[in-house]
Amino acid sequence: MSSAMYERMRANPKFQDLVARRGRFAWTLAFIVLAMFYGFVMVVAFNPLSLGQPIAEGSKVTVGVAVELFMFIFFWVLTAVYVKRANSEFDALTQEIVKEAWKENK
Amino acid sequence: MLRQLITALSLLCLSTLALAADAVAQTEKQATNWHAIIMFCIFVAMTMGITYWAASRTKSTSDFYTAGGGITGFQNGLAIAGDYMSAATLLGLTAMVYTQGYDGYIYMLCFFAGWPVILFLMAERLRNLGKFTFSDITAYRLDQGKVRTMAAISSLTVVCFYLIAQMVGAGQLIKLLFGLEYNTAIFAVGILMMVYVTFGGMVATTWVQIIKACMLLSGGTLVMFLAMSEFGFSFTNLLEKATAVHKLGDKLMYPGALLKDPVTAISLGLGLMFGTAGLPHILMRFFTVTDAKEARKSVLYASGFVAYFFNVIFLMGLAGILIVGQNPEFFEGGTVGGKLIGGGNMVAMHLAKAVGGNMLLGFLAAVAFATILAVVSGLALAGASAISHDIYARVIMKGQASEATEIRVSKIATICLGAVAIVLGILFEKQNIAFMVGLAFGVAAAANFPVLILSMYWKGLTTRGALFGGYGGLVSAVLFVLFSKSVWVDVLGNQAALFPYTQPALFAMPIAFLLAFFFSKTDSSVRAGQEIEAFDDQYVRAQTGFGAASASNH
Repeated sequence: MSSAMYERMRANPKFQDLVARRGRFAWTLAFIVLAMFYGFVMVVAFNPLSLGQPIAEGSKVTVGVAVELFMFIFFWVLTAVYVKRANSEFDALTQEIVKEAWKENK
Repeated sequence: MLRQLITALSLLCLSTLALAADAVAQTEKQATNWHAIIMFCIFVAMTMGITYWAASRTKSTSDFYTAGGGITGFQNGLAIAGDYMSAATLLGLTAMVYTQGYDGYIYMLCFFAGWPVILFLMAERLRNLGKFTFSDITAYRLDQGKVRTMAAISSLTVVCFYLIAQMVGAGQLIKLLFGLEYNTAIFAVGILMMVYVTFGGMVATTWVQIIKACMLLSGGTLVMFLAMSEFGFSFTNLLEKATAVHKLGDKLMYPGALLKDPVTAISLGLGLMFGTAGLPHILMRFFTVTDAKEARKSVLYASGFVAYFFNVIFLMGLAGILIVGQNPEFFEGGTVGGKLIGGGNMVAMHLAKAVGGNMLLGFLAAVAFATILAVVSGLALAGASAISHDIYARVIMKGQASEATEIRVSKIATICLGAVAIVLGILFEKQNIAFMVGLAFGVAAAANFPVLILSMYWKGLTTRGALFGGYGGLVSAVLFVLFSKSVWVDVLGNQAALFPYTQPALFAMPIAFLLAFFFSKTDSSVRAGQEIEAFDDQYVRAQTGFGAASASNH
């Protein structure tokens, strides 16, 4: 039974659409986080002085502190963006797919 | 020298273990701190009440392992944050900012950056495929007996090393914070943990973690708030004053020695990021929520709390430079710049005392100890479920065990793990155990994570590939740590390390992936063909959640 349900869902074009859209979205966000994070690690490893510059003349706040605070906030905002879209758009689509598979079942 | 420093620093923050390692050499029993003891007793009384309540709700295996899947995203987010923020986060990272400035902040970002990635790539698939343990996912379409045995072995390896770390940390902390004997802590933690887990299962364990997370967040926030009030709530003001007095001077806000060596930096980043995604007690938390929607929300809340708290710690560490670092009261012999009373990890505690008196100090000390207790309980539950759900119910009984006997085995396993933890905690009191958390994260990243992610993403994975990848990752992570300086030289007393780096992830992870890939590709058995075919159904379930273990109704 279960396997037949999975078969029908897989055949539904909406399923392909869901997988493609969510996959693209998730990998894009993951790529942004990984690129920024490892980019930052590389700067720390190879050019630490650039992070030690003050953000403004005479300020004790360095570029590094500002960049890192930005990353803390930005990464968290990205998680919020993902959760919002996944919990509304993608979940609605998922429910439709399951419902249609049930309907065909009858 | 540089490498030693990096090792020391990296281990410092990984868990209380590091705290212990630091403490082994230098903690001496302090005067008995009654405020802390009384507040800790209040915490224990509260959590015992919850355990009593939870016991009446823990009847089925699903209640025991995953609280019946009835935890909300917000509650679970707090619990995950609690699991993730150990006593070393509070004490070790504050101390790191106090001595190293910006490096401590970099370190915290390394800890944080894994969470968004776990959300994007893993959270919903974990929830949709898993039931009680993460081996439910790796064994989904593979040979149950062999793959579960392997996953249980590596889970138990991670749990045991982590437990030793926490137990020794608890023993050292109790001397420092409460002024009690080492063994008091070992027995208190071991016995309380057994009570929480055997009677209350995941419901009690989760609530212990939630209460502790709230205490930690509010305690830290209060200390930070009181400390910042001395600088007119101005970050620039604080920073100007701190750089003026700190021995690093203007270099305080520069990246220092921590990540100078790129290999160590990347290996550490990988280990922390993917080790987190392979820790059995963290993975288990994804099965306690109703559905994928709540699983996503849990990561959102958890990462929010973690990010917030790391920034609080950054401010605490900087404020400590002025409030603690300039006050002779906190130094041995009253010489500013000398040795801090109780050792370097005491900055957060001294800061609490300076801004909030003995009450706040007692509160924060109680929080630090409660933290260890909560983490140990989560670990014990994860270990017990590997024994009862994977080994007993699925491998030995081949799925024929009744729920009642499975729960009984789980409880016996918890008591055995508690006893083992107590014995190991006592045995390792005087040992240099700084490598153990590195090892726990290394095994999690190299043995658990690659097989888990491949089983979810790669159609071609077969039982043979999973076994080679999993065992290969386990053995290579253990060997890399064994031959590294932290064990080969520091523990075994050899002259030079056989493996030059202290972080195994960058080397052990590719080995695991390559082995899994090669032995899956070359597997032409009939069984392998069926396993590959079964991926399609698994894939639909992973994507839609159809057929996923659902919340039981209470």
